[in-house]
Amino acid sequence: MKSLGRFYLIATLVFLYTPILVMMAMGFNESQLYELPFTFSMRWYDALWNNKILLTAGMNSIIIALITSVLATALGTMASVALSRRTFRGKSLLQLMLLPPIAIPWLITGTAMLIFFYWTGIGRGMHALLIGHVALAIPYVVLVVGTGFRTIRADLEEAAMSLGSTPVHAFFSVTLPLLYPSILGAALFAFAVSLDQFVISYFLATPGYTTLPVQIYSSIRKGFTPEINAISTVLLLGSMTVILIFARFAKPGDTSDKR
Amino acid sequence: MTNVKVNSVAKTYGTTPVLADITTEFPEGSFTSLLGPSGSGKTTLLRIIAGFIKPDQGVVMIGNNDVTDVPVWGRNIGMMFQSYALFPHMTIAQNVAFGLERRGIKGAEARKEVDRALEMVRLPGFGDRTPKQLSGGQQQRVALARAIVIKPSVLLLDEPLSALDRRLRQEMQVELLRIQRESGLTTIFVTHDQEEALTLSDKVAILDKGRIVQIGEPETVYEKPLTRFAAEFLGDSNFLTGTVENGAVRLADGSVVKSTSALPANGSTVTLAIRPEKMAITSGDTADNSIKARITTVIYAGPVLSYHLETADGVPLKLFAQNRDGTVLKEGDEISLGWSAEHTVAVAD
Ligand SMILES: Nc1ncnc2c1ncn2[C@@H]1O[C@H](COP(=O)(O)OP(=O)(O)O)[C@@H](O)[C@H]1O
Ligand SMILES: [Mg+2]
Repeated sequence: MKSLGRFYLIATLVFLYTPILVMMAMGFNESQLYELPFTFSMRWYDALWNNKILLTAGMNSIIIALITSVLATALGTMASVALSRRTFRGKSLLQLMLLPPIAIPWLITGTAMLIFFYWTGIGRGMHALLIGHVALAIPYVVLVVGTGFRTIRADLEEAAMSLGSTPVHAFFSVTLPLLYPSILGAALFAFAVSLDQFVISYFLATPGYTTLPVQIYSSIRKGFTPEINAISTVLLLGSMTVILIFARFAKPGDTSDKR
Repeated sequence: MTNVKVNSVAKTYGTTPVLADITTEFPEGSFTSLLGPSGSGKTTLLRIIAGFIKPDQGVVMIGNNDVTDVPVWGRNIGMMFQSYALFPHMTIAQNVAFGLERRGIKGAEARKEVDRALEMVRLPGFGDRTPKQLSGGQQQRVALARAIVIKPSVLLLDEPLSALDRRLRQEMQVELLRIQRESGLTTIFVTHDQEEALTLSDKVAILDKGRIVQIGEPETVYEKPLTRFAAEFLGDSNFLTGTVENGAVRLADGSVVKSTSALPANGSTVTLAIRPEKMAITSGDTADNSIKARITTVIYAGPVLSYHLETADGVPLKLFAQNRDGTVLKEGDEISLGWSAEHTVAVAD
């Protein structure tokens, strides 16, 4: 049984990573038409360095993802505090309404946003992308942080208050440090949701302001070079580093110090 | 180290009255237990004194200060929670120092106080560990150290021992009492365990449905219960009902029971409570009162024998007898029980 399980795991990893590794390797191949035999070359990285359009789109993606991550994490965490620690009218309805956006196809959400933004005069462009991405990411943040909240007993804050903490001090000195891994995880989630986002970005981008997935899509349609592989590799290594750093410091799944 | 008073305190949730007009005093340095069944309002009263709940009416005084409108963090209370509620991301020393820091005590002075408190709860040198490295009993001691190190005006404990196993629980009872005596803290202790309340307290307050039905020293409350509920909840009791007749009580079977309690007017119905250990098996009429009964169940518990009996009228009785000579009576045996008028207490229903 154990060896079967291991085989299964290895097979999964092979199917997941082989295409990615091939994609990365082709970025270092001399041929423009992805021809073999493999000849090592930094040609496409040089080309990428001079490809302002791809680089700008890449920068845009990262900036949007960072701002989305910060905003969505802040707003989502605040919503989570309210949902976990306060009682108010309509709370269960609100909590329930957070889930469907995760399941609604992005194509539908994207269309809806496009129409709505057109209608209200918000229009398209960076600000529209930001609003869209933050709105998309908030439910994930509320879910992740809310799960974290459930592992923290409410009487810890009460204990702090009995020792002289105001509710605000109790939150910042007791709850927040315990919530820290969840918040970090949520921020990462929000970052990934934004960086990954194609459909909504495609609708809300303008010719002058695109994100990397949108730019890659239009390049592929026009006929493309391994520069795409090069920028994908850079982005991939960047995200992997962020995730590994997170895994190292936040130890996701480790709740052993919370009763 | 102050006395605590509550005056006409009441609390209602929705339409359910949880506390009804509670007025009582917890004298300086005393250990008072709030004893009552689950749902009787013990926690609510304690949390009102702590400041977590605002009463609908009434006044809470700590010392000479009316603290009714003062929030928890301004009341200088020490509170111990059932779950210990230690901060998992802090060391033991940081946990204990938390309240000191809130009071502006830091550095060497704080360290000295923390060490002293940890010594008091017999955990010297544990400061650098984290809560999860400690056993349940040790965490409990830390929670106590954290609550007393701030020299609170009053120490509040809500069933702090109920999560511990029996042995540890008894050990902690002794510790708690020692620490309370050493520190001289006015202490209010919520429990639903009557034995715990009797052994620890200077005063026991019995709560029933949001009211204090009786408050007094353990002996008084146990020996002279005021109500049927108090007699039944604190220890076991036998109850006989009869009619007052010339300073005594005539039962349905015509026999007369004497009591030293103040009895109501002739002709009124009265309930008498007699503790099962105050009754003895007698031969003849040597005691003030006696009654005949038949044994229905025998419970052998080692040092004590517990008999369930029934009188001719079908009144159930209990009898606790020391297992002194090793004779154990059998089911169906007819015996005669004797007890004194002094141990026959008239109680309100
Ligand atoms: N926040 C609340 N909302 C509604 N009812 C409550 C609340 N807190 C306590 N109660 C009710 O008040 C009664 C007394 O509760 P509590 O003080 O916790 O009793 P105890 O500690 O003696 O078991 C119970 O019937 C409980 O259901
Ligand atoms: Mg309670």
